[in-house]
Amino acid sequence: MQKQISILLLLFFCSYTSFSQDTLKEIKVQNSSKSLQKSLKLTANTTLLSSKELLKAACCNLAESFETNPSIDVNFSDALTGTKQIKMLGLTSPYLMITEENIPSVRGASQAYGLSFTPGTWVESIQITKGAGSVVNGYESVSGQINTELIKPDKDIPFFVNAYGSSDSRFELNTHFNKKISDEWSSSLFVHGSTRIAKNDMNNDGFLDNPLGKQINILNRWQYKNAQKGWVSFVNFRYLNDKKQSGQLEFVPNRDRLTTNFWGSEINTERADVSTKLGYVFPDMPFQSIGFQNAFNSHDQESYFGLNRYNIKQKSYYSNLIFNSIIDNTMNKFSTGINFSYDKYEEFVNLFDHSRTDNSIGAFFEYTYDNTNNFSIIIGGRFDNHNRIGTFFTPRLHVRYNPWEKGVFRLSAGRGIRSANIFAENQQLFGSSRNFEILNTNGKIYGLNPEIAWNYGLSFSQKFLLFNKNGDFGFDFYKTDFQNQVVVDLYQGPQQVIFYNLNGKSFANSLQIEFNYELAKHFNLRTAYKYYDIQTDYQYFTQERPLQAKHRFFGNLEYQTHLFDDGKQWKFDFTINWIGIQRLPNTISNSGIDSMPDYSPSFSVMNMQISRIFSSIFEIYLGGENIGNYKQEKAILGSNDPFSTAFDTSIIYAPIFGQMYYAGLRFKIK
Amino acid sequence: MKKLILTTVFILGGFSIQAQEKLNKNAKYEIEVNGNCDMCQGRIQKAAFSVQGVKSANWSPDTHKLNLILNEEKANLLEVKKAVAKAGYDTDEVKATNENYDKLPGCCQYERK
Repeated sequence: MQKQISILLLLFFCSYTSFSQDTLKEIKVQNSSKSLQKSLKLTANTTLLSSKELLKAACCNLAESFETNPSIDVNFSDALTGTKQIKMLGLTSPYLMITEENIPSVRGASQAYGLSFTPGTWVESIQITKGAGSVVNGYESVSGQINTELIKPDKDIPFFVNAYGSSDSRFELNTHFNKKISDEWSSSLFVHGSTRIAKNDMNNDGFLDNPLGKQINILNRWQYKNAQKGWVSFVNFRYLNDKKQSGQLEFVPNRDRLTTNFWGSEINTERADVSTKLGYVFPDMPFQSIGFQNAFNSHDQESYFGLNRYNIKQKSYYSNLIFNSIIDNTMNKFSTGINFSYDKYEEFVNLFDHSRTDNSIGAFFEYTYDNTNNFSIIIGGRFDNHNRIGTFFTPRLHVRYNPWEKGVFRLSAGRGIRSANIFAENQQLFGSSRNFEILNTNGKIYGLNPEIAWNYGLSFSQKFLLFNKNGDFGFDFYKTDFQNQVVVDLYQGPQQVIFYNLNGKSFANSLQIEFNYELAKHFNLRTAYKYYDIQTDYQYFTQERPLQAKHRFFGNLEYQTHLFDDGKQWKFDFTINWIGIQRLPNTISNSGIDSMPDYSPSFSVMNMQISRIFSSIFEIYLGGENIGNYKQEKAILGSNDPFSTAFDTSIIYAPIFGQMYYAGLRFKIK
Repeated sequence: MKKLILTTVFILGGFSIQAQEKLNKNAKYEIEVNGNCDMCQGRIQKAAFSVQGVKSANWSPDTHKLNLILNEEKANLLEVKKAVAKAGYDTDEVKATNENYDKLPGCCQYERK
């Protein structure tokens, strides 16, 4: 038994999530058969997506894995980058802390495409935390945290292959190899290759609807685990090469690059990562542990968008030392430690050099009280010193209370601070005739000040049993108040984008109401209504944030046939998203055909998938995205004359490709 | 800032010293406690923690085993069993009084052996 406990603790140590102290419960959650789990006992508002959940949609990469989850809104990919951007509480991904095994992963130069650099098959589970989040991983998160756990070598199967092809001519091949070398050592090799080979232009505007592309992505990880002595360690090596080409159908890079023959764009990214983790659990004190993480990565993006050139190189180093223990007993736990991060950017926008070096060092302390019954509280704080932001304190608070059986109230509050990488985060705007203007000059980050925001949240959830079937309902309300924000102003005219420090108010309020019910055995319904009120004081007036629907509705139906001993099973999945009207950037001064109304129409998008599991080693799946075939009427402004002042590829509020069908297979050797 | 670092260092230091001391500060026990539901879990663990020196207490609704780590310089196993029995739950050695058993909430009224 003792051994069992220490193994369990080791497991949770190596997968310790952003709430390192709540993890024992999360392990239990992972073993459960449900694909989407919301615990009544976790202090923070965290949803756990298991790998089963990821099988419900095409899910080629991390950016696409949130389609069946209402907490995260997935935007539609634009024709230029083909990358889906995500939003939480109405705020875009720069305001989220996105980590991979608790090491910050999508940040800085990788902000725009980073989520598409993790293939879905590599993922073991995803934890989505709404609101302030923990102080353990850093100070940057404002509206939430998304942590991805990759498949662990010691739990991996010897061989896995997944092949995928779709009607938009995207093909993927994912191959996993695993070897247990000794009782302590195991290793996995993941190889991902994907490509889009054919040019698609379903809306006949002369432009590709999604980029041609090639991605090679290789991960080799090593795990050492000695449960008796309490040691666990990971070493990861990773290499990525991603190439995208988009623009006019006739565009040939070698001939037309950076000329006005035809409009075209190429985005080439090369990335190398090395990361290590070392964890030690005191054998006779399983509640006490030390963790040490180090990550080094080099990111190199070279790109041009028509005549705009944008190159960014980032070399970063991240280190985190954490100590977990108790005060008196496990009702009182704490985590404390230090982080260090270093980022060297070489960034060129056309001929302008924005190169810089950033570094920060910080210490954190987080205390958790859990009465083991119906109440828990996490109080965290951290001091950081950043060479551009200065010295600052980041407080975070989470409270959980179960007033009665199966009901839970949660409260959270916290502060986040970050420096906006305005070009990397808004690089889709390079695909337009817009001039980039920065109004401020006194700040230390492109002349701008750091962004500072407070986030407060309240949520309630109640599970119930009705007609002998399980269900739950609940709501959550979050408010983000910006003390300072880098305002991205697209309202002053279609030929410019203006960046400046917030002068006045900016807030994002979000309300989500959820109802989930098991309609019949193996037949589940998920529904959610979401309301967003996001307003900013722009230079001349107060306006809602562009490209953000005020009202959204989400529905998901899932049916599975009974799983018999022979392993044969059918799975059906249907998702509908209704998206209300969205404010659009100001294009009024463009001529008739190249201007858009103030608001987009509302519309629905439906996805479905059927999986056939033949046995525990072989399955196939078939699905359709946007089967209602809704398309944005005009995706590219000025498509007739791409070097004119009206040209803009960045105003995307709906799908541009229309319906897409796909099929794939999975084969495993256990 | 300085204070925080000092406290951190102090705590880190304090624990590494403790880690080097003898095992009996972290004695592990597993005992059987009769109960039935998730709600019992909270009540049983709470009762165990009420004894000074109990560092960790985990009761499993599936196996009915209570896993304990306690500092034997401060507490002994019998005290824990008494505390758990007082909360209405039968242990292998100490049984709950009928009075305390009857005080249990409805869903916790486990079948007594």
